[in-house]
Amino acid sequence: MSTSITTNGTKSATVAKGNKAGDAATWADERLGLAKANKLMSLRKVFPDHWSFMLGEIALWSFVILLLTGVFLTLWFKPSMGEVSYQGSYDQLRGIQMSEAYASTLHISFDVRAGLLMRQMHHWAAMLFIAAMLVHMMRTFLTGAFRKPRELNWVIGGLLLLLGILEGFAGYSLPDDLLSGTGLRIADGLVKATPVLGSYMSFFMFGGEFPGDVIIPRLYIAHVLLIPGLLLALIGAHMLLLVYHKHTQWPGPGRTENNVVGEPLMPIYMAKAGGFFFMVFGVVALMGGLMTINPVWRFGPYNPAEVTAGSQPDWYMGIAEGLLRIMPGWETHIFGITMSWNIFLPGQIGPIALFAIVLAYPFLEQWITGDKSEHHLLQRPRNAPTRTAFLAAMITLYGLLWAAGGNDILATQFHVSLNAITYFMRGAIFVVPVIAFILAKRWCISLQRHDNDKLLHGYETGIIMRSPEGGYSERHLPIADARAYKLTARERDEVYQGVNGTDANGVDAPNARVDGLRARLSRAWFATNVQKPTVAELEEGHHHAEAELEYEHAAGLDHQADGHQYDGRHDVAGDDLTHKH
Amino acid sequence: MRLITRKISARLSTRRRSRYAAPAVLVAALLAAGGLYVALSPADATNKADDASMIAKGRSLFQVGCSSCHGQNAEGIVTKRGKQYGPSLVGVGAAAVDFQVGTGRMPMAQPGVQAARKKPVYNQDEIDALGAYVQSLGPGPAVPDITQSDIDNADVVKGGQFFRTNCTACHNFAGSGGALPGGKHAPSLRGVSAKHLYEAMLTGPQQMPVFSDGVLSPQDKKDIIAYLKKNEATPSYGGFTLGSIGPVSEGLFAWIVGIGSLVGIGIWLTSSSTRSTKKKGDAA
Amino acid sequence: MSDHHDLVVPEATEEPIANPGLPEHLPRPTDVDPVAEKRAERQVATLFGLSALFAILTCVAYFAVGKYDAFLGLGASNVALGSGLGLALLSIGAGLIQWSRKLMSDHEIVEMRHPASSSEEERSEAVAAFEQGLEDSGIARRPLIRNSLLGAMGALGLPAIVFLRDLGPLPGDKLQHTVWKKGMRVVQDVDGARIRPSDMQIGQLVNAEPEVFFETNSEGEPVIEGTELLQEKAKAAVILVRMHPDDIKPWKGRENWGVDGILCFSKICTHVGCPISLWEQQTHHLLCPCHQSTFDLADNGKVIFGPAGRHLPQLPLAVDDQGYLVATSDFTEPVGPSYWERG
Repeated sequence: MSTSITTNGTKSATVAKGNKAGDAATWADERLGLAKANKLMSLRKVFPDHWSFMLGEIALWSFVILLLTGVFLTLWFKPSMGEVSYQGSYDQLRGIQMSEAYASTLHISFDVRAGLLMRQMHHWAAMLFIAAMLVHMMRTFLTGAFRKPRELNWVIGGLLLLLGILEGFAGYSLPDDLLSGTGLRIADGLVKATPVLGSYMSFFMFGGEFPGDVIIPRLYIAHVLLIPGLLLALIGAHMLLLVYHKHTQWPGPGRTENNVVGEPLMPIYMAKAGGFFFMVFGVVALMGGLMTINPVWRFGPYNPAEVTAGSQPDWYMGIAEGLLRIMPGWETHIFGITMSWNIFLPGQIGPIALFAIVLAYPFLEQWITGDKSEHHLLQRPRNAPTRTAFLAAMITLYGLLWAAGGNDILATQFHVSLNAITYFMRGAIFVVPVIAFILAKRWCISLQRHDNDKLLHGYETGIIMRSPEGGYSERHLPIADARAYKLTARERDEVYQGVNGTDANGVDAPNARVDGLRARLSRAWFATNVQKPTVAELEEGHHHAEAELEYEHAAGLDHQADGHQYDGRHDVAGDDLTHKH
Repeated sequence: MRLITRKISARLSTRRRSRYAAPAVLVAALLAAGGLYVALSPADATNKADDASMIAKGRSLFQVGCSSCHGQNAEGIVTKRGKQYGPSLVGVGAAAVDFQVGTGRMPMAQPGVQAARKKPVYNQDEIDALGAYVQSLGPGPAVPDITQSDIDNADVVKGGQFFRTNCTACHNFAGSGGALPGGKHAPSLRGVSAKHLYEAMLTGPQQMPVFSDGVLSPQDKKDIIAYLKKNEATPSYGGFTLGSIGPVSEGLFAWIVGIGSLVGIGIWLTSSSTRSTKKKGDAA
Repeated sequence: MSDHHDLVVPEATEEPIANPGLPEHLPRPTDVDPVAEKRAERQVATLFGLSALFAILTCVAYFAVGKYDAFLGLGASNVALGSGLGLALLSIGAGLIQWSRKLMSDHEIVEMRHPASSSEEERSEAVAAFEQGLEDSGIARRPLIRNSLLGAMGALGLPAIVFLRDLGPLPGDKLQHTVWKKGMRVVQDVDGARIRPSDMQIGQLVNAEPEVFFETNSEGEPVIEGTELLQEKAKAAVILVRMHPDDIKPWKGRENWGVDGILCFSKICTHVGCPISLWEQQTHHLLCPCHQSTFDLADNGKVIFGPAGRHLPQLPLAVDDQGYLVATSDFTEPVGPSYWERG
């Protein structure tokens, strides 16, 4: 009989002589030592299965699609701000003076077959690349997958997101159409608001006064070489660390901190991941074929005296845009200098602070919880209520700022006042995330209680029992062992107590105040969490259930046809529906 | 690539005036004005009599449908607090009436920050009569006469330049409309007739500024209209337009369609497939 | 091979429920039913076949569908190529996934983890190697060498920064001036038409530029062109509006900056520099479509809403001897976004 589990390396294979594949392998191995590489990264490397583990892969494959479609575009795109008279196929712009960058973008769109498709696929893939990185990051955060030993991989991921956004903005600016030029103009305004150096930075960036004639060639080289190079290197490091740490997994029967259970790279994950690559590619191709994105020909060439309603950045810049829109117009004029708080705070400090928090998060949490051990089993979001609530608050804030960044579109689509949305957002970004935090935390805690109820009293069968006194109650039955184990496969939270003014050696702690803060934070972090039942509690719960059963037995209620077997959790094939005493 | 590369940093697109431009524009404007006069001026006595009856008809329609806001003699009504209830219509001209009533904005269904476009209440004859009445109160812009051949012969490229300079800031790059302060909005220009587009520029309805013929010549206006009509007739080369409202709807679709479908595929990919209770070798 | 269950490390005893170990592996219908297996095989092969078909159809569409053909109002070529390519890719992807789900062996494999850190032995070995290297170099014993080396390395950073000096010129006073000057005509953008006050009605908006943008020199060459034109335009673009003179409340010293209710304001937002021309003729409010800063043009361009921190600069107007609108000077303050030394 075949076994339920197998491991790697149980079969010893020898390279057969005369076999073609074997010969090729020998040839390569004699020169490259490939078989040794199998030790570093086994062809039978195990990956656990869960849909949420595919999110990062969407980002990875989007990046590959970006490289492929991007190379296609470079064959025709001219990163030049030199002016030409457009003589291509698009009637509405023929004869207009425009930059070569814009003219060549029109050429790609209208005169190169499949050019528009590739342009649109490139843009859609860029949107998906960053979106997938973000959801992947949220998954990692929610499940605690960033904990030791993966903190550095979290930081690399954060840098990838930052670089992805910069890369996206550079690409958005390249066609030199009215929308992208407006984006650059806003970037110029953001740079100029830098204290002391603003105007110098702007002049250095644009090679003189905005718009100058060098910004597009400069952004181009950053977009096709510098940033993709960094992205590629960091993605490589990200993947290497993934292989080295081995993938995290959900706890479950047979799945522990010391192993990883799943399917092998070859052939299963090669087929699955390869198949997924084609699926991502296919979805992007369909989006590029059916959904217009950035119709540059409608915007016209950049002209510093023109602008369009609905001038927005791509979605990933939306929160910066939102911050910029709802900021009150605070500007200080003193001693002949101007300090633009209205731009500097939301445009520079805000995004930098946000990223600093994101990158530092694993270390902050570790400091508060004092948790120094390695973790390879994921946490259910409900079992880390404070962290989950923090993310809920951050998502809420993100969503509000996003909406604020599109306040004009919201105003026209939903017939509300633009000004009212802005005033609302100015307060909401402080209040609503707090509400989201409290709600999410309470929600997590009640889910934890619900889990404990299931462990102690069993699941709700949906069968209503009537007692001899006429009272009604729902019958509970114990859950299956595997499920029960899954629910208890988590750690007990320990509140950091502080050292009470002395450190472990009894010496006065130099940082008593910091230590006190840490203890308080730890209490806020953990104290209200519900812990899994102890062995004693569980036994008591079972005793109680047994006592109830005995009571039913005594009352003559122990017939089997209580519906238990028909609740969908038991095989009823071949059962007859008669009472069996 | 059929780009004729002039010397780099040649003229900018907006610099299109040549030595002959001013005289040419002048001649064109004179011709246009003359043409307009010929088209609109009363040709003979019967027309004059028609006009008188038109005005009378318009006046009676006005008193039933419009006077409650605009006053018995279209002099306007001011509220006690000094706010404009309905503005005076003296001198607004037949073009304004034709636009406001012809697009259903007037009569207003309910008070609000802005009169919305809706199905017209009056038919074209009634609108013409109302226009004749309002025109009789004080001269204002007449209903323009714009024909298909005007549009066919207009310069769409120049129209596009005027459109991007004067119109996109409110109406968006594709004429989809946009937001104004305090719940008002610039309406969509898609599906609006050439005549109404012209009248809107000429009269500046509601919050829209006026683009009088003195500055934006009749030919310029026709160019703009031709550009819009050309865009409506051009296929959407990239696929569905997603509303042509810019990156906000694109982002929404990236998340819902893109991330949504890919997560769905990921769920399918990692779900465990059907299991059998049979063992290998059991009879199938 | 059930001994592999031993790989499961027993949980600590205080755990309420012991780890029951990996569940029994159940076969799929395709593992036990040859009919199902054949069906799955055919399914996968069909998907691969479809993919090839779509790939060929895409190539046919590349040549057969005209670049400007329409299909249901959409660009036929783009739709055909995108759908064909998309379906070809989705079929091959679905085939691969289906193959792995239905036919490849789906036995779960257990791999043991090891701590991320190196062993004590490896670590001490590495530390020893490092310390030996340090010792051999003598860097600790020779602070003079160490410090001078650090100084030299630091100094090398200077050329790296200095070499970037020519990224662009210094701002100088460029941000404080525009091409506007006394007597410069205010002309309509796009066609350069000159404007008389009588051309403008109340409620009229004109997107305007300085006439110099449309002037040519004696050789017929534009006076300002190319990059320079864009740079100047980015500062000098203006809007002309005409309001009822009674509605205008000019600040002291600005009483004669308008002509019969015609005022001229910079078109460049004082927030981050978007061109603004979204003017409401009845309220006299001007809204920036980028970040919704709103300025009251009847009240000297004052900010009444949004993130802008400063009023919109106003250009003083007059009429020249030919009756056209002209500026009486440059802007009296820098236009566009704020910067540190703006004052």
